[in-house]
Amino acid sequence: MANRTAGRGIAVKVEAFELRKAFGRTVALDGVSLSVASGEFVALLGPSGSGKTSLLRVLAGLEFVDSGRIEIGGRSMDGVPARERSLGFVFQNYALFRHMTVARNVAFGLEVQPRRRRPPPRDIRARVRSLLDLMGIGDLAGRYPEQISGGQRQRVALARALAIQPGLLLLDEPFGALDAKVRKNLRIWLRDLHDRMGLTTIFVTHDQAEAMEMADRVAVLRAGRIEQVDSPDRLYASPANAFVHEFLGEAIRLECSVTQGRAHFDALSLTDIKTTCPAGPAIALIRPYEIGLLPGPGPVQVLSVHANGPLRRVRLALAGQALEVLLPEDSWSPTVGQSCALDLSRASIYSLASADTPRSPQALSKTATR
Amino acid sequence: MRLRTSRSALPGFALTLGITLAWLSLIVVLPLALLVLRPWTLGVAGVWHSIAEPRVLAALRLSFGAAVLAAAVNVPFGLLVAWVMVRYRFPGRNLADSLIDMPLALPTAVAGIALTALFAPKGWIGMLLTPLGIKVAYTPLGILVALVFVGLPFVVRTLEPVLMDLPLEAEEVAATLGATRAQTLRRVVLPALMPALLAGFAAALARGIGEYGSVIFIAGNMPMISEIAPLLIVIRLEQLDYAGAAALALVMLLASFAILLLLNLLQWRMGRRAS
Amino acid sequence: MTPVSGIAGAPLAPTTERPAIQAGLIVLTILLLVVLLLLPLVVVFVEAFAHGLGAVVGALVEPEAIAAIELTLVVAAVSVPLNTVCGLAAAWCIGRFRFPGRRLLITLIELPFSVSPVISGLVWVLLFGANGWLGPMLDRAGVRIIFALPGLILATVFVTFPFVARTLIPLMQEQGAAEEEAAITLGATGWQIFRRVTLPNIRWGLLYGVLLCNARAMGEFGAVAVVSGHVRGQTMTMPLQIEALFNDYDWVGAFTIAGLLSLLALVTLAVKATLEWRIGRRGGALL
Repeated sequence: MANRTAGRGIAVKVEAFELRKAFGRTVALDGVSLSVASGEFVALLGPSGSGKTSLLRVLAGLEFVDSGRIEIGGRSMDGVPARERSLGFVFQNYALFRHMTVARNVAFGLEVQPRRRRPPPRDIRARVRSLLDLMGIGDLAGRYPEQISGGQRQRVALARALAIQPGLLLLDEPFGALDAKVRKNLRIWLRDLHDRMGLTTIFVTHDQAEAMEMADRVAVLRAGRIEQVDSPDRLYASPANAFVHEFLGEAIRLECSVTQGRAHFDALSLTDIKTTCPAGPAIALIRPYEIGLLPGPGPVQVLSVHANGPLRRVRLALAGQALEVLLPEDSWSPTVGQSCALDLSRASIYSLASADTPRSPQALSKTATR
Repeated sequence: MRLRTSRSALPGFALTLGITLAWLSLIVVLPLALLVLRPWTLGVAGVWHSIAEPRVLAALRLSFGAAVLAAAVNVPFGLLVAWVMVRYRFPGRNLADSLIDMPLALPTAVAGIALTALFAPKGWIGMLLTPLGIKVAYTPLGILVALVFVGLPFVVRTLEPVLMDLPLEAEEVAATLGATRAQTLRRVVLPALMPALLAGFAAALARGIGEYGSVIFIAGNMPMISEIAPLLIVIRLEQLDYAGAAALALVMLLASFAILLLLNLLQWRMGRRAS
Repeated sequence: MTPVSGIAGAPLAPTTERPAIQAGLIVLTILLLVVLLLLPLVVVFVEAFAHGLGAVVGALVEPEAIAAIELTLVVAAVSVPLNTVCGLAAAWCIGRFRFPGRRLLITLIELPFSVSPVISGLVWVLLFGANGWLGPMLDRAGVRIIFALPGLILATVFVTFPFVARTLIPLMQEQGAAEEEAAITLGATGWQIFRRVTLPNIRWGLLYGVLLCNARAMGEFGAVAVVSGHVRGQTMTMPLQIEALFNDYDWVGAFTIAGLLSLLALVTLAVKATLEWRIGRRGGALL
């Protein structure tokens, strides 16, 4: 077992140092460092082209970095080919072997092992059976991939990856091809599976709700760089920058400028707020439910009010710009046409002086595809 | 957005590329390189003389002329067949579909003697044409018939996938805008098919220029009248005039590449305008 | 004039022609296909049997005919496997990897298709013929390539080179490398990946390519005509034997062998139709 990295289902630690990779002129990874503790469940979250899939494929040995170092289970992966890394990889579209039955798919990783390490056929059959039962698809053993549903394929792909008893499980958009309802059930199930098997799991997603719900920690990527790695709570409570803030959920964006520790909204005639942000042009980001609405004369006008479950959705006009805020049902209710003031005290202020902060959505997409 | 560079996790690149390059060099590149070099042992003037011979020029004119004409005939034929096969359902359609590939599956020598038998004065079709004063076998017209035979599947098979992908919505929109069916076909469908028609024409032409087996039986092979260029290459080889044969072959190759390049360019420009 | 409507007065869809026009076009197409494509096939068998079954059998047991059939089988038996292996290699490196010069390589592989068969034979004469580049040297060494079996094989290999690669490359590109990558992460070696994942996935396409390659190898005329030397009973493949018999006015003999090759063509077309159905591709040309 000395030459097998993970193996035998014991969770491993994963470390990546300063990974760089370019495809021609496209930079996929731009100095990515990441440390994942053994047994941890980490999500790689980012828009398409952010490098999250590249990072996963590099860890699996399916792509190779231009520079940087990867250690899995404390062992350097330099020169270790993919087939000797002994990790479980679940592909975006599952990549099931279409000409093999479900059982043969799951058995594949065991059957291709060198003879001295290969379990006898009886053991392989037993392991396949128990894995399929564990996944709740024991009755599908004789079916072909095209004869089963998307959710079932997903479970087969997982069973196949787990059959070689990897210490590390890598999943590339595992729920991408499923419909919303199946997706929700599988999330809980997968997290539960991770906990029961005691694996280290890294998975790629572009869906922030998915990442926040399942992962111990989430790494937010943009343009080949990790912007922030944190627990979902901390990520939500204190985003490192405007990109992370906006990516993790709907936010209203207001331009402002900072002088002497206060953000001024000159053009919008709103009240100043305190900030630690350095002086200069900045933007304020605030989630729709963080905005307070105060009665009476102020710069905004109520356009419409809609009940929306426990919240009330209020459309406002502010200096020619339309915004939508969410107010608790039991709070003060404005009427259409009324003039109001805004409470922005819960807004986060991000300086535009620092180069990473996107100025506009266009600028954002430009950096992302750089 | 997954581009694979020369380094990949999949094994076997060096081995398979090595085999491919070795085989390709040995079987295709080296022999063709020799073909390019050989004529010049005659000297530039010698090459010129061996090409400028009236018999050679007549053969080249015939080979290229008949190929162009046959490809042109195959454009409406191919359009008709492709349209009917893609748009209509009728009994025997699957059989007809297989039949279209017949000229590609049937060895050229078989096609050659079969067409000769059909179009000879006493053959099934020749019998009908002789009273009309039309002679096909052993004339340039026979060459045309043979080239139409071998070229048809190229036009049909190039058109079919394009016709299948053609969105019906465009025709429906034209109809809602008040166009008659004929107007729709002429102004909506036909322009969309033009690049494919040209590609089919080019493919049929390329095949026709070099065609040998199906032609020589029906052609009659009269020097200056019905002698095709490939046959002249064979004749020169039999006379051990290797350089002369190579010179003629080189001219044929260059001319057909030039024509195909031109057609490709035209097709590319049309495709760009269409999209 | 009111438009002719379809069955039971149903209005005509705007994307279709009037039934009368449709019927006319269908009849025209069938007529064209029958006269141009089917009649030549029919005439082969009619001419072969013009003097009854006995004449056909007689033509088949002719020693020259048997020698031609044997030679054709030998040529195909050598060239088809060679081109299959190389076609697989080419499809693997072109269909699974990206590298500079990839487009050029595809063009080179398809080159033999755009070269006249006569030229495909000529290049070997220029190389190995009596007046060829290596001819005199080989002659002194007592090696015969042109007007002998090796020449026939070389010419056939040149002509049939593209078939397997050309069928497999688009198929492999379309399938993508995900299954092979999955096999790698599961610990499979290169050979295991090829045999257990790639080969089963491309098997129908491969069979299709081999079939086309074989049909052309057995039916090739122009290229082998140039290198054969036409030694009766020795360097005559079936298509060459057809020519010789035809020129001797032995029509029954010529059309009997032509009938054999036509059967091969029919089998090829039948298997092609089946395979196309299996690999889910319709109406692909043989070329």
